[in-house]
Amino acid sequence: MTKIYINGLGSVSPQKTADYRNRAYPVSATFLAEPLSYENNQLKCIDPGYKEFIPAELIRRMGRIIKMGVAASKLCLKDAGTGSGETSERNISPDAIITGTGLGCLEDTEKFLASMIRNNEEFLTPTSFIQSTHNTVAGQIALLLKCHGYNFTYVHRGISFESALIDAMTQIQMGEFSNALTGGTDELTANSFAITSRLGYWKQKPIHSIDLLRDSQRGSIAGEGASFFFLENQQTEHTYAELTEVSTFLQPASHKEVSDRLHIFLASLGLGIKDIDLVILGLNGDPRTDLIYHDFAETDFPLTSLGYFKHLCGEYHTASAFATWLASMVLKTQMIPEVIRINQPPTRLDRVLIYNHYRGTNHAFILLSRP
Amino acid sequence: MLKRVYITGIGITCAIGNNVEETLQSLLSEKSGIGEITLFSTRHKGIFPLAEVKMTTKALLENTGFPGKKNITRTTLLGMKAAKEALVSAGIQDIKQYKTGLISATTVGGMDRSEDFYAGFLADPRKGRMIDIVNHDCGDSTERIASYLGISDFVTTISTACSSSVNAIMFGSNLIKTGKLDRVIVGGTDSVTKFTLNGFNTLMILDKTGCHPFDENRAGLTLGEGAAFLVLESEDIAVKENKKILAEVSGYGNANDAYHQTASSPDGTGAFLAMSKALKMSGLEPGEIDYINVHGTGTLNNDLSEGIALERIFGDIVPPFSSTKGYTGHTLGAAGAVEAVISILAINNQVIFPNLNFTTPMKELHIRPVTVETRHAASSLIETRHASSSQIETRHASSSQIETRHASSLRVEIRHVLSNSFGFGGNNSSIVLSKYETGL
Repeated sequence: MTKIYINGLGSVSPQKTADYRNRAYPVSATFLAEPLSYENNQLKCIDPGYKEFIPAELIRRMGRIIKMGVAASKLCLKDAGTGSGETSERNISPDAIITGTGLGCLEDTEKFLASMIRNNEEFLTPTSFIQSTHNTVAGQIALLLKCHGYNFTYVHRGISFESALIDAMTQIQMGEFSNALTGGTDELTANSFAITSRLGYWKQKPIHSIDLLRDSQRGSIAGEGASFFFLENQQTEHTYAELTEVSTFLQPASHKEVSDRLHIFLASLGLGIKDIDLVILGLNGDPRTDLIYHDFAETDFPLTSLGYFKHLCGEYHTASAFATWLASMVLKTQMIPEVIRINQPPTRLDRVLIYNHYRGTNHAFILLSRP
Repeated sequence: MLKRVYITGIGITCAIGNNVEETLQSLLSEKSGIGEITLFSTRHKGIFPLAEVKMTTKALLENTGFPGKKNITRTTLLGMKAAKEALVSAGIQDIKQYKTGLISATTVGGMDRSEDFYAGFLADPRKGRMIDIVNHDCGDSTERIASYLGISDFVTTISTACSSSVNAIMFGSNLIKTGKLDRVIVGGTDSVTKFTLNGFNTLMILDKTGCHPFDENRAGLTLGEGAAFLVLESEDIAVKENKKILAEVSGYGNANDAYHQTASSPDGTGAFLAMSKALKMSGLEPGEIDYINVHGTGTLNNDLSEGIALERIFGDIVPPFSSTKGYTGHTLGAAGAVEAVISILAINNQVIFPNLNFTTPMKELHIRPVTVETRHAASSLIETRHASSSQIETRHASSSQIETRHASSLRVEIRHVLSNSFGFGGNNSSIVLSKYETGL
């Protein structure tokens, strides 16, 4: 079966992941060496300097999520095309653009909704309506790259990004395309934060985000981000990792079902528990739903090295895209940053499993391997 | 070796019928579902028509077995009803018997209720009933439909504007072809909302008199609502279970116009590429397509761009085509699946449903859709094509000629149908559905 490699990364996040000015980007000893902690219950992306990525006349009109997505995708393509040593830079034009987003272009949706209500359906302008469509990020990337290829957007809550990965992998394996620019994007707005706060999603008192797992309040911390991956059917000198397999499932009846699904997932690849060197868990600090991760780790991975990431990016529908960025970096650098460790690092780093769930409903496994 | 993908069940709820049979009857009797706005209050009532499903939300709740329930959106209910019909039509009793997925598509999700929430919330962030907002996201409707049908193996949602549900058919087909799933229910659902009505109005692409696809004097689209689902099964299961096969998914393609966020390119690049890919996958020559269910929204821009793309692909012999949006309205995220069901009805009944509200051909194009008046001509064209495709010189036989030969006949031979769905973000999709013939 065709193997799929991650040959480029681009991430806009609340951490310094998009610091392209630092020529050491992206693989360097500075990989999460100075993690940022926020005293807040919501984490926003660091502005990477959008004018480096997007023509000035477009920036003004674009919603924030579009800018985040375009910047992350351009960083990713630049990264994938970066040459080193004897090889020159290659100009990357993706065969396909596939994105995932839980809530899409929220800012524009809210803007149009608000003006429609306030103005009683009169005097409305089209820009925010046009940009409210869920596939705007993927469409804008295609437009800016003049990419006529396959262009899909998945919008399924906590597995939006995973759905995009599964689509990309399936079609690369089928030979429909040789590569796919694949990513996850979600933005946090004041209104969405206010609404989800009323639903009890977030910790009431702000915390130091870095202390996420040491806080006992109910709820998590909100986040956002855009992370893109250049998936390809061949290995390059620049390859970060092999994207081995992705699996999603809905609302498991019990811990046992999660465990069963894990064993089926690993067995389908001819692997067992011992083959996994690091498990990155989606722990988000909410004791009500973190229990699932604790059960999972204790039952299935009692001796395995564990890591976590939501103290760095916050909780959002496509947070697993940030985890995939992290796992790719871990495999490439063969280093687990101190800040994500739960226990002792392993002696070997060949396979990283990400297990994430969104509010106990959407569950996913993403397995990456050292190429 | 990739597995073949068969359609073994269909379900639909749209402005011209609450189920497949009613929809077929309306299509056969050329009955449009476009009418006055009744579902919500808006200042556009009496100005713009809509193609509403002729069931209140209360009636849908009762129909799906949730009478009085307050936390299910109209989008979800429409989807449940159509998906259930598809499952029953495929004769599926035990959903867990095979590895089964659900891939749904929607553009607005629970927006019909979010609008209500937002009115209160804007006035005071502590106000607005939470029950009206918790079902806002697109995944909500899909998960509820999944749980209604008992599906948990693989569930996801696609939103690529007006091509969403054709894209759901494509993804589902790929998962079957590669053996990742044995069976998948694919389709889409969208309800009418003030949000979309006002949105399309800001673009000035709503026709006050109902849409006139491919007409020189067309003035825009008419929004509709509805849901449609198809049961796709791998050839292994279909054969093993001796299933009645309604059609085969024989080709599909998605391409990006990469021209403008909402407008289509003047040369129809995206549409051309999508149709080319679909034809290529199906292994068919353009001349083997017997009918095209065009996207044909009735906007100045779409119909011109799509028409140019059709002429680019098919040259002088564009197959008989029609837009069925004059019946159902433009059902956005559901449109691709609605029109796939209509295309399957065309194949299974060997009939072309005429394009409504057409009088004057577009001056930029050489082609015109099949209408009530010209469909007999279309049937003649198809028969002639099948007899000897090389002999065709004229686009349509003259209608007088037809009347003598096909006096009372709607029936034509339809083996392969191409269906188009194009959306914002330059998202263009085409699919080829073929009559199932044993031994192929």
